[in-house]
Amino acid sequence: MFLTISTTGTPERPATDLGFLLHKHPDKAQAFSTSYGTAHVLYPEATAERCTAALLLEVDPVTLARRAKNKGGKGRSAPPDAALAQYVNDRPYAASSLLAVALSRVFSSALRGQCTARPERAAQPLPLRIEVPALPARGGAALVRELFEPLGWNVTAETAPLDEQFPEWGESRYIKLVLDVPEGQLTLSEALRHLYVLLPVLDDSKHYWVAPDEVDKLLRAGEGWLSTHPAQQLITSRYLARRWSLTREATERLELVRLAEADDTDVEEIDNAVDDGTGDGVDDGDGTGDGGGSEETRTPLAVQRREAILAALGAAGASRVLDLGCGQGQLVQALLKDTRYAEVVGVDVSMRALTIAARRLTLERMGERQAERVTLFQGSLTYTDKRLKGYDAAVLSEVIEHVDVERLPALEYAVFGSAQPRTVLVTTPNVEYNVRWESLPAGQVRHGDHRFEWTREEFRAWAGRAAERHGYGVEFVPVGDDDPEVGPPTQMAVFTRTGNDRTSRTDRTGRTAQTGRTDQTGRSTDDGSEKGVKAA
Amino acid sequence: MTDPNIDPNAGTDLSADASPDPSADPNPGNDPSTDAGPNADAGPSTDAGPNAGTGSTSGTGSTSRAGSTRSAGPRTLPVPDLSLVVLVGATGSGKSTFAHRHFTATEVLSSDFCRGLVADDVNDQSASRDAFDVLHYIAGKRLAAGRRTVVDATNVQSDSRKQLIQLARQYDVLPVAIVLDVPEEVCAERNAGRADRAGMPRRVIARHQRELRRSLRHLEREGFRKVHILRGVAEVESAGIVTEKRFNDLSHLSGPFDIIGDVHGCAAELESLLGTLGYADGVHPQGRTAVFVGDLVDRGPDTPGVLRRVMDMVASGNALCVPGNHENKLGRHFKGRKVQRTHGLAETIEQLEGESEEFRSRVQEFVDGLVSHYVLDGGKLVVCHAGLPEKYHGRTSGRVRSHALYGDTTGETDEFGLPVRYPWAEEYRGKAAVVYGHTPVPTASWLNNTICLDTGAVFGGKLTALRWPERELVDVPAEKVWYEPVKPLRAEAPGGHEGRPLDLDDVHGRRVVETRTLGRVSVREENAAAALEVMSRFAIDPRLMPYLPPTMAPTPAPTAPRDARGGAAAEHFLEHPADAFAQYASDGVARVVCEEKHMGSRAVVLVCRDAQVARERFGLDGSSSATGALYTRTGRPFFTDAMNDSAAASSPTGEKAPSPTEEIIGRVRAAATEAGLWEELATDWLLLDAELMPWSLKASGLLRTQYAPVGAASKAVFPGVLSALEGAAARGVDVHELLAKQRERASEAAAFTDAYRRYCWTTEGLDGVRLAPFQILAVQGRSLAALPHDAQLALIDKAVENDQSGLLQTTRRLFVDTDDEASVQAGIDWWLEMTGRGGEGMVVKPVEAVVRDSKERLVQPGIKCRGREYLRIIYGPEYTRPDNLARLRGRYLQHKRSLATREYALGLEALDRLAEGEPLWRVHEAVFAVLALESEPVDPRL
Repeated sequence: MFLTISTTGTPERPATDLGFLLHKHPDKAQAFSTSYGTAHVLYPEATAERCTAALLLEVDPVTLARRAKNKGGKGRSAPPDAALAQYVNDRPYAASSLLAVALSRVFSSALRGQCTARPERAAQPLPLRIEVPALPARGGAALVRELFEPLGWNVTAETAPLDEQFPEWGESRYIKLVLDVPEGQLTLSEALRHLYVLLPVLDDSKHYWVAPDEVDKLLRAGEGWLSTHPAQQLITSRYLARRWSLTREATERLELVRLAEADDTDVEEIDNAVDDGTGDGVDDGDGTGDGGGSEETRTPLAVQRREAILAALGAAGASRVLDLGCGQGQLVQALLKDTRYAEVVGVDVSMRALTIAARRLTLERMGERQAERVTLFQGSLTYTDKRLKGYDAAVLSEVIEHVDVERLPALEYAVFGSAQPRTVLVTTPNVEYNVRWESLPAGQVRHGDHRFEWTREEFRAWAGRAAERHGYGVEFVPVGDDDPEVGPPTQMAVFTRTGNDRTSRTDRTGRTAQTGRTDQTGRSTDDGSEKGVKAA
Repeated sequence: MTDPNIDPNAGTDLSADASPDPSADPNPGNDPSTDAGPNADAGPSTDAGPNAGTGSTSGTGSTSRAGSTRSAGPRTLPVPDLSLVVLVGATGSGKSTFAHRHFTATEVLSSDFCRGLVADDVNDQSASRDAFDVLHYIAGKRLAAGRRTVVDATNVQSDSRKQLIQLARQYDVLPVAIVLDVPEEVCAERNAGRADRAGMPRRVIARHQRELRRSLRHLEREGFRKVHILRGVAEVESAGIVTEKRFNDLSHLSGPFDIIGDVHGCAAELESLLGTLGYADGVHPQGRTAVFVGDLVDRGPDTPGVLRRVMDMVASGNALCVPGNHENKLGRHFKGRKVQRTHGLAETIEQLEGESEEFRSRVQEFVDGLVSHYVLDGGKLVVCHAGLPEKYHGRTSGRVRSHALYGDTTGETDEFGLPVRYPWAEEYRGKAAVVYGHTPVPTASWLNNTICLDTGAVFGGKLTALRWPERELVDVPAEKVWYEPVKPLRAEAPGGHEGRPLDLDDVHGRRVVETRTLGRVSVREENAAAALEVMSRFAIDPRLMPYLPPTMAPTPAPTAPRDARGGAAAEHFLEHPADAFAQYASDGVARVVCEEKHMGSRAVVLVCRDAQVARERFGLDGSSSATGALYTRTGRPFFTDAMNDSAAASSPTGEKAPSPTEEIIGRVRAAATEAGLWEELATDWLLLDAELMPWSLKASGLLRTQYAPVGAASKAVFPGVLSALEGAAARGVDVHELLAKQRERASEAAAFTDAYRRYCWTTEGLDGVRLAPFQILAVQGRSLAALPHDAQLALIDKAVENDQSGLLQTTRRLFVDTDDEASVQAGIDWWLEMTGRGGEGMVVKPVEAVVRDSKERLVQPGIKCRGREYLRIIYGPEYTRPDNLARLRGRYLQHKRSLATREYALGLEALDRLAEGEPLWRVHEAVFAVLALESEPVDPRL
């Protein structure tokens, strides 16, 4: 919320002309009210040789919190993490988009390059030094340089530690930034417009709502420099991403935000079912950030996986299909394109995933007949679910590895024991293949939320047990390049119901135990005893 | 009536014996015949009232009409309190007038009204089809909800009546017909007087009259269980309606009861059990009532002895009895039906041969008069022979009776040739406890609020009784095996200990959870959806998560200016103990305990004595080596051990170091063992509410993304800000006020950093990890949530003192009398001292734990009072400024307080359900609801 702009001068062209250029008298401290607090302009030094203007924005966090809340209540989405950001946030201290807004408000003429008192000086490049002591920068000092250096600035960027008492927490995202430019390179207007665009780009905050005319503002402020900037794409997408991220229907996540908060957790940690493309993990070209895929220009693994699934479903002659853990609905979309599939049900536990899937499928605008073929609803595979019974096939594509190992028996029972589709397809990463990902550090899983990744042997062992217990046969299909040494990147199991399930009598009556529990507790080990209890 | 087996209406007659030849049935329990006794709930009754008709053996409904044996004068028509009343009469016969005179407006559904609903014209005959759809739909909803419904339509055609009879059967209520037989001229005259019907052709009325006339004598055969025919205007005008209770509705009786399982002629065991229960010669000195679940007869050595005792007790009002399938079969035998003398009937007949004719006819009368099930004790208790789903409670139909006598079967037979029972109890979600028998089990145990008391006395098991409302089981062993069972008694009641896996229906969507402490607590759909996401993806196994802690309300703002005690200094505080004490004082709580608040993370710890206990008590898989659980307030693990565990499990050596979770549980276990808590509490597991420290252990993500950045940014920015302002000031620019303010902000930001740092420290493995338990929530078979906090802390102290590992940390406390000024001041000083040294603050709780105020409202179980510096972490560095404090004092607490109470009640409910050994889904339902409520929109800073 603080920056200084300095220039140097000579008695002929005194540095204090900065006052004229900024339309702010060097001998006064002036205050301006902006939407998020009061902006002050003052001059710590003002001589002919050297003049420094300081812009200080006093952000009122309470106002900020209330503003966010009100927005949330009126259709316009509140910031996704409004609840967290309410009172404790860095906005009062960091040079964020709020400072950029204040800059444009307080120095609007200077930004446009207008100066009635010294019109000739406004158009002249002048030596400038800009200091931003606390600049939040996602991407760190390197990105700061990447953004400012092409514009002619000499950049000094130092990263501050998060907390020097806890060095293990690492560095903060705050940069102490000093920008210098010698005479003859940049006008004040250009410098201010650089800041106006690049401060929020570096901040990359999703926290605050930005006006809808942001594209126009970007075009105006970027005139003359943005189109030729080597990082133009990044600048544009980040600048505008602030808007797009807000269209993520943040309100639907508020319940989840509160749950995260109740547990002193960041909501991003638990609302990670849908990847924004900013997440960790290896990108497989599907925007899910999940699974593998190198930079080579071959068919992305996600596409190969989908093809393999479609082939297996076709071979099984399935018509009514469950996509369990449908995520953003890519597979549902593919299935709907094929009229063979009379009914497609997408189930996910993440409401956000379902919302995105519904948008992807344009469910609201779909014709009646098409819409009848598809259903999306929230469900969880750790609970049995009557709605899932009676389908031809169920697909669990890249799902099981997101479930804790301890809870797999519940999933296994819900799918094979309760829903009992004729065919079940399960895909999961083959951890052996991870050594082939150059971008993946050794020993790391492909996605931050993977609870495990299995070798081919581990997967086969699990699938074999599940099949045997519930009366399915199982076959394994490699997906992607089948490496002779480490196997394919994705492994798929195709389960087909044979009807010889050990627990079918039990299942029918609904008297069931979580998989295998009955056996293992030794309470009743013979088949007959698991049936309903009979009268004498 | 003739043999019902050849009666053309037998198939639809509710009480007719519609079963196939019983001789073809290997099991008497599968014979769905219903008794035709007039006293049966499903049976018909005459005009004379519920107890009449003992002499009648008619199998169909009764008809009352004028001009029979009755003298003229006003008629009184009995109508059951739950029935579908069908008015029958031509247009203009006065049905609507009659309906409105005798029934409430909402009980009456008129076809005209429904025509209006769908067509904006009550006389639009073309809309009849839609109108009747609507009428039937509404009637269905009403009947499903157990509300008497009167259909005001002409109903002169048998087709239209048939639909209504089907509707009554669908909802298991009695169909009753009231016929208004008024002369055609009167009808015509009345219609003529009504503008909207004036144009109605006379032939319509004539046709109605013809159809009515044709209908009259068939009404009973159509299935109406009561038929009242009112002839002439005078009789219609003068008739009265009297609402009669259903026979099965004894909800006004509250016992206390002793419900006794299947006796099967075991007279000696019965006498012994009655003695144990405190009865002397069939009478209980405290006026308790015995309730027999049926199957008194057959197989055993002395059926007449049992019958004599039970009949006497019933006759003298000391007992109630519902029929079992064996009584039913005996009744059919008495009536001369051909029944196979199998399954012990032969013995009964032989034993009865030795009795007098008079005794036998008394038995026949007794058996005939038994009502299939009873609803008792204000609807909280249902007793029947073979169990009953909730939708059949208090209902009256053939299938209700059939289910009550025989239960439901899947249609299959097992390897012994016996029908496979449908496990209705597993799906039972009803409010009433259902107590039944019929299916022999080794031990009676509750499942979903149902319990089977047939413990196979005649097969050498035991005879069991349930004391109600105490819910205590009392049993006496069989003297011998009186009768060899067809197959051995199985080891479990249906559903067993854990019932079934969790189903989405247990938690999903809008739900209402019934709690003992606060009644119905509802959960909204969006909150359940969020909870589902967290519960499915991040929480630990629900079997090990029988509880989630409730949120807690903060100290309220003072309602009046603080007195001298708080003084001016108190104005600097957002939360101050004086207000917490004052709140409890006004709630009528005289004694409170202040417990030091540890700034860590709320943790629930389940500690079992060993893995075997965890498997047995919490239904874990046989291969599980877990001995407990350690989880956060949203059910997440503190340590992710999963990967380690699976890796270690698959390692060939099998040797592995315990996971951090198990290590902590192990240390608590050792302390509990040293302290002798297992013996003292007679348990093999403990469920503890605790605080796990340091805060940074769990919250490091939040610290790094939320708290530390504030400190880092402020630390980076203020030197520049201050020097710029100082520079300007030196130049003579007037920035003094701004400079002072910025200095203040800088120091506040530094205070913020200090505040969070106090609760962070670096841990290495478990070194530096501390656990401060403050309550034992539950032990085997008992919830300890209501144990006063002084006793709680005494138990906890023992464990802490006996901890050798350095894990456990004591919780400092101070007891305060809220009406003693000195004591209150001591509490305030204690808090000031503690928070002054950087402590988080304290929680004030009523010593008596679960407390209600004078209006019987639940008092807040705890109020947190957080330190001034600590609150910077919550409200930001600058909250202490007077204008900010003033704004924050206006924070709205009511929702938070309500939420705290609701979550608390749900938590208590989960513990009670756990203690009573209810199945997993019942416990999980309440636990899940706590999580769901946590996502309600309440200011998270509170």
